[in-house]
Amino acid sequence: MAEVKIKRLHKRYGNFEAVRGIDLDIPDGEFTVLVGPSGCGKSTLLRTIAGLEQISGGEIQIGGDVVNDMRPRDRDVAMVFQDYALYPHMTVGKNIGFGLKARKMPPAEIASRVSGAAQMLGITSLMDRYPRQISGGQRQRVAIGRAIVRNPRLFLFDEPLSNLDAQLRDEMRGEIKRLHQEISTTMIYVTHDQIEAMTLADRIVLMRDGVIEQEGAPLDLFERPATMFVAGFLGSPKMTFLPGRLARGGDGAAIVLGEGSTTVPLPADRALDGIGDGAPVVLGVRPEHVMRAREDAAMPGHVRMQATIDLLQPTGSRSYATFRIAGTPIVAELEAHDVSRPGEAIEVDLNLNRAALFDAATERAI
Amino acid sequence: MAAWTRRRRIPVSRIVVLTLFLIFVLAPLYWVFVTSIKPSDDYLAVPPVWFPDHPTMVHFTAALFDYRGLQGLVNSLIISISATALSCLVGTLMAYSLARFNTGGQHLSFWVLSQRFLPPIAIILPLFLNYRLIGLQDTHIGMILAYTVFTLPVGVWMMYAYFRQMPRSLEEAALVDGCTRWGAMWSVGIPLAAPGIVAAAVFIFIACWTEFFFALVLTSRNAFTLPTVFRSFLSFQGAQYGEASALAIVSLVPSIILGVLVQKHLVRGLTLGAIRG
Repeated sequence: MAEVKIKRLHKRYGNFEAVRGIDLDIPDGEFTVLVGPSGCGKSTLLRTIAGLEQISGGEIQIGGDVVNDMRPRDRDVAMVFQDYALYPHMTVGKNIGFGLKARKMPPAEIASRVSGAAQMLGITSLMDRYPRQISGGQRQRVAIGRAIVRNPRLFLFDEPLSNLDAQLRDEMRGEIKRLHQEISTTMIYVTHDQIEAMTLADRIVLMRDGVIEQEGAPLDLFERPATMFVAGFLGSPKMTFLPGRLARGGDGAAIVLGEGSTTVPLPADRALDGIGDGAPVVLGVRPEHVMRAREDAAMPGHVRMQATIDLLQPTGSRSYATFRIAGTPIVAELEAHDVSRPGEAIEVDLNLNRAALFDAATERAI
Repeated sequence: MAAWTRRRRIPVSRIVVLTLFLIFVLAPLYWVFVTSIKPSDDYLAVPPVWFPDHPTMVHFTAALFDYRGLQGLVNSLIISISATALSCLVGTLMAYSLARFNTGGQHLSFWVLSQRFLPPIAIILPLFLNYRLIGLQDTHIGMILAYTVFTLPVGVWMMYAYFRQMPRSLEEAALVDGCTRWGAMWSVGIPLAAPGIVAAAVFIFIACWTEFFFALVLTSRNAFTLPTVFRSFLSFQGAQYGEASALAIVSLVPSIILGVLVQKHLVRGLTLGAIRG
């Protein structure tokens, strides 16, 4: 049980700065997910917390102790690696008990704790096998068992599910979440998969180029992204960005899209602090905010449009339909039977109450 | 039973090729063996004697005792085993350090290997003079040190390559689990590198066992090794084919024993299953 405080953390490799001044407070018991594209510094940040990388500047506190110069073994953290890192020359049981043995715990207590962890993870029948004799999902369980058996004050996960196939990944994701609900120890989890981040996190820390782009509850980031990068990273299919110019008139604001052929009025209550008439902006529309028109007239805040579908991707329950608005392709998540074939012309409503608006120059939300 | 009947038939062409290859490899060995038990008159007889009518062990006793082959064998064993052990110990630590801590930056590892670029003959004279000066000439210690230094570059390079392809995450897991750096190396790094270390050890042992040039120059009556004994079979009285062959057979024994002992370890694959699915 421990909170983690990170202050102005820097990590340099020669001339390359992987982590560039990160401040982060993680309360006790929280499940925090570090997410971002490859090379954003999320794994490096995790490894500095584990003590596997020396930091170049700043401070890391775990449970109130400054751990900057503390060896990994003294930090009382457990880590689950992307490649599982099971010791191939030891049985599953020995693997799980290794950390306890390294800490000179009496054999009887090791045995009881190992079997307790194995029971919790449903791997009691594997205890005498070697890692090469068990499946990927089982290895992942063993790796988690090796972490929980030590009852550490902090868990670190470094992309633990990325080597599993899709179905197993969904299953293990649920188990990790359940594990956190049961033991409620602080967990820090690194992934590049935005679905893992959304589903697991109490809080998402979205990183880019060694700095934190935005942090907050998953739905906060999803619904109120601070930047275009955050908006584009979270959500699948991605948010569509429609470039245009702001037009402020007497009866409210609108956005002139593309070359000026299409104008969409903004909802009256939309705040537009300090953005002048004619300023370049980007309208962000998520697939689920486009729907097939059903009522006679569009609801408040919605804009009705003609759409000619040029690509249709049914998923069963929903269909992703691509069409163009002012030349820009936009993906809409429609009901499965809303469109039957590409080329079909339909009417759609854009829900602008929930659309995001960005300053085109700074790429920050307005 | 099913497995037996389904066993693949080996094509005749393959049997022919393998048989020819086997003859190519074993024929000289057979000739050495037969020569070692032939009476002296049969060495160069025409037509050749394929198997002597009266096999004799006299060449073995002569080679081992009259020509001090036994002493050479014992010296060779002491020197080769010690040098192999020392070279492996130092080499493993060096290789681990190079691979894991990037010791010496990009160039030190290559510098180590480059020490082998120098032809031995270029250093033999200074080495001989220095050995005489400090009293290491014709001593076991001297030979062990010379062979250790001589075999280190290749040994380090072999183990360095092995450590480098071992995932770091295994030792990192051990560090987080509660090991010190040394602990992680001894309980995880070294056991997993065992096949690589054994392979390097075999290589080093064979290099020491068959080395002739250093032994010829640096030893005389005390620490002489088995290969140098062969020199004495060529003399004014002619070539002692029987004795030479007998000693050649004797010198093969340790290599064969070694081969059988480490065969299991030479098969790599201990790390398979550590990672991925």
